Amino acid sequence: MLLPSLLNGFSFRALSASPMLRALQSSAIDNDHVLVLVQLGGGNDGLNTVVPLDQYDRLARVRKQVILPENSLLSLDGYDTLSLHPSMTGMRKLFDEGQMQIIQSVGYPNPNYSHFRSTDIWMTGSDSDEVIGSGWAGRYLNYEYPNFPAGYPNATMPDPLSIEIGYSLSLALQGPGTGMGMAISDPTYFYNFINGGQNPTPNTPAGDQLAYIRMITQQAQLYGTAIRGAYNNIDRQGSYPDDNYLAQELKIVARLIAGGLKTRIYLVHLDGFDTHDNQVDAGNHTIGEHANLLKNLSTALSSFMTDLKGLGIDDKVVTVTFSEFGRRIIANNSGGTDHGAAAPMFVIGKNVQGGVLGRNPLIPGNASEDDNIPMQFDFRSVYSTLLKDWFCVPESDLSSVMLKEFPALPIINISDCVSPTIREQNQQAGNLLLVNSPNPFERTTQITFESAGGQTMVQLFNSAGRIVATLHNEMMDAGDYNLNWDSGELPPGVYYCRLQTGSLSQVRALVKTGA
Amino acid sequence: MDKTLTRRNFLSLRREAVAPAPAPRRVTSGLTPYSGPWTKRQALHLLRRTLFGAKKQEVLDTLDLGGPFAAVNALMTTGTPPPPPVNNYNSDRASDPAVPFGETWVNAPFSNDFEYARYISLKGWWLEKMMQQAPTLEEKMVLFWHNHLATQAGGVFNARMWYRHLVTLRQHALGNFKDMVRAITIDPLMLIYLNGAFSQAGAPDENYARELQELFCIGKGPNANFSEEDVQAAARALTGWRVDWDNLSSFFEPYFHDTTDKTFSSFYGSRVINGKTGEAGAEELDELLDMIFDNPETALFICRKLYRFFIYREISEQAEQEVIEPLADIFRSSGYEIRPVLETLLRSEHFYDEENIAAVIKSPLDHIVGIIREYNIAFPDTTQLSDGYTLRMYIWYNLLVLLQDPGDPPNVAGWPAWYQAPQFDRYWISTDTLPRRAEFSDAMLFYGYSTDNFVVQIDTVAYTASMDNPLDPNALIDEALLRATDMEVSAESRQTLKSILLSGQLSDYYWSSAWYDYTLEPSNGMKRFVVESRLKVFYKYLMQLEECQLM
Repeated sequence: MLLPSLLNGFSFRALSASPMLRALQSSAIDNDHVLVLVQLGGGNDGLNTVVPLDQYDRLARVRKQVILPENSLLSLDGYDTLSLHPSMTGMRKLFDEGQMQIIQSVGYPNPNYSHFRSTDIWMTGSDSDEVIGSGWAGRYLNYEYPNFPAGYPNATMPDPLSIEIGYSLSLALQGPGTGMGMAISDPTYFYNFINGGQNPTPNTPAGDQLAYIRMITQQAQLYGTAIRGAYNNIDRQGSYPDDNYLAQELKIVARLIAGGLKTRIYLVHLDGFDTHDNQVDAGNHTIGEHANLLKNLSTALSSFMTDLKGLGIDDKVVTVTFSEFGRRIIANNSGGTDHGAAAPMFVIGKNVQGGVLGRNPLIPGNASEDDNIPMQFDFRSVYSTLLKDWFCVPESDLSSVMLKEFPALPIINISDCVSPTIREQNQQAGNLLLVNSPNPFERTTQITFESAGGQTMVQLFNSAGRIVATLHNEMMDAGDYNLNWDSGELPPGVYYCRLQTGSLSQVRALVKTGA
Repeated sequence: MDKTLTRRNFLSLRREAVAPAPAPRRVTSGLTPYSGPWTKRQALHLLRRTLFGAKKQEVLDTLDLGGPFAAVNALMTTGTPPPPPVNNYNSDRASDPAVPFGETWVNAPFSNDFEYARYISLKGWWLEKMMQQAPTLEEKMVLFWHNHLATQAGGVFNARMWYRHLVTLRQHALGNFKDMVRAITIDPLMLIYLNGAFSQAGAPDENYARELQELFCIGKGPNANFSEEDVQAAARALTGWRVDWDNLSSFFEPYFHDTTDKTFSSFYGSRVINGKTGEAGAEELDELLDMIFDNPETALFICRKLYRFFIYREISEQAEQEVIEPLADIFRSSGYEIRPVLETLLRSEHFYDEENIAAVIKSPLDHIVGIIREYNIAFPDTTQLSDGYTLRMYIWYNLLVLLQDPGDPPNVAGWPAWYQAPQFDRYWISTDTLPRRAEFSDAMLFYGYSTDNFVVQIDTVAYTASMDNPLDPNALIDEALLRATDMEVSAESRQTLKSILLSGQLSDYYWSSAWYDYTLEPSNGMKRFVVESRLKVFYKYLMQLEECQLM
């Protein structure tokens, strides 16, 4: 037996003022904002995407193997010092309409040039020399829906918290304890398992794996129905090119949003940007692998925006592109470019401010092999701003998700934020099994948890996902229990308390302020 | 619902928990040779991890060997190199003019029209090696090294070059790691895949130089502090290697080699590789590898990777100290011989520790090839080449949707299940792939895959007849579960399995008599149908148990 939702994990104060009963009985109000993340896998060559015209002569010298002819570039309304790659006509139109913002030279300090490490950094929001086990978006979803996955789906959030179009969930959508979303490759596909995946699991490494697989079984069953239902609610959509994977993925996203899914974050992919060779056609630099990629990106995004408008949901969607790094200033002799550092990001949507943020990168006249574009904006400032101005996370809570403070940027036209009532409702949805007080705390906090009976474990993790304490790990009767945690000399920061009881687990973020 | 009451209820009912004891360190074993009981449990554990699934006879043979020493010895044998793939792709519509049907295509010239068919032929050939594997480590190690020294054959798209690459991996799979890295560094497929063949003095391409250190040897451990300068210096040392497209071999071309000195960081002891001119430039490759293999990180990195592949996703501090470090010492002192490392690991107390049994999520190949082998699913032999080509292609489609396409991992790091923390092997199981795993087992049970001449399908009756005592439903359930999972399955699940066999009746007699009737008259279609219709649902339920996704 599980208790219904009753406490806000971050603050007890909310409880007294809460019109919770009413809120729980009504269905959630459907004004939640949606964020679509477009991952450009491989490292996009920013200098051939947004070309700084005032640096053109220098670029032509140091990357003559890939330079785009100046007269082929697409000019941008109101900006005469930068222009777009010739195959980006769709995105140029979005920019000219004020629906697309270019953020120049986005990166992070001490860039790493490994695909895998740099992708992890962009996915987790870690520092360059820091390992974090959860994704930035996963941590946000854990903040918004702290009781997940216990008691999910429910009336407040009947749908997956996030959806990745693909076959498996990326690190960005991993929460501190579990994946905060689901991967789908075909929204119409549904498999009916004959067993429900409900049995208890032993407290062994094999038991942990089993609990994970059982949770996936349950989610596949419960969310599969919701996704198929939303998909089938829509029978007419705008047109998307058939031979464009990204466009086809975005087509599914538009249809699911319009079909009524309350899913907050979508992640889609366009791969192939690792253009060490054949980035451009040797005879004509405006065609080649990179040109095809950017054409697909541009066409997919403009089809998506047109469709969102036609479906009447362009108000609630913001789309952002990211890539693990840009590419080197100088080109190599294989007709391509090697791994680099900062590069532009694009933010697209009706509620985006538009224009260009930041100045053109400066190209050294004598650029050498090692020279890279320095960062102007930390990508975590962009994420943090999206959380604050699009998902309306209060400034005081931002650092518990982003793990640090990052300056906000003018990206979003702030309009109808999620109301505090909705936030409270989200945070109370599901079954509350684990709570601590006070939170934030100086050194000691009391942890209250409910055991389903049987082997029950309470562990504390740091943000890297390492266990810092196991407070409890034994057989117990079903019921509610208290523990005091003395955090001792552990440094201030965000810690995650994880309860594992039967096949249920829950994770709560604890914020330590004292040293 | 009254929230105040509920809250009071919550707060007043709670009891003080017993003072928290630190979690017991549950795996304390190290590399000491295992000398505990040698039962089916240990034999199954060893075989599931080192083969693709474990057949009944293989388990019995391993049991007969009496213990891990002899059992691991048996696994270390390597067979003669398999004959090359043949033209099994000719059809009424298209016929390869360069290669007669049934003859090998691996020496034929590149063909725009038939390269794709050859590529599929080679995928099927590799799958066939796994499906027909001898009970040795060879196939698992070919997969391990393919994942570790990863290439994407579809991107290069030259089937003959890919075949030669696979032969090289197979040749070194249980041999010497340093020799293998040298061979792969100048392997034509790798030279094309990571651009080494296009790298030259003045414009060195860093792609291979980076992955050689980051992914293939030094890794990303806490002390793997090679620098960007090391990547650039290695790239310059490796300039000049070229591919001969006619012979599909590689050669050194001094004209393209960077002859300046290459200075490495303090991580490599500030080593300098003196630039060499002429043919001597090729020696810089060996100097570079000597430097990388002199660094202790290389052995540590490979041992951690073997650990994640064969034992468990997470490496505790205890395992790092008592398994990884001594294993890395063995690896280095043997001059990077692979056998002694695997022998020590697979004979150790750590490997047979109860906590490590069933703690790995099966890869798609373990799932699919495991089912094919364990349930004795027959495939066409060399007399039905076209059917074999088509039917193995169906198996390949399943591997694609389950995210493990042999020959084409997602990128040069291999499959995330073996490197991406914190998910590791959980990567294989998502809301998308778990149902598709069940769909594959359903396909094998209910409709199979077929051509005009052949059906690939589980014969549930024959499989049941291979049990020690199929007459007794309890014994049947016990053995079927034992063969399918190392985990204890709940009483409820056993009950469900039994009620499927008994069609909801209570007496064991109903199943026993149905099976007995069938054995008296196996050719009687109606009697066979009685048992088979129940067995199909029985195995469907069994194969969907989450426990069966573990090994």
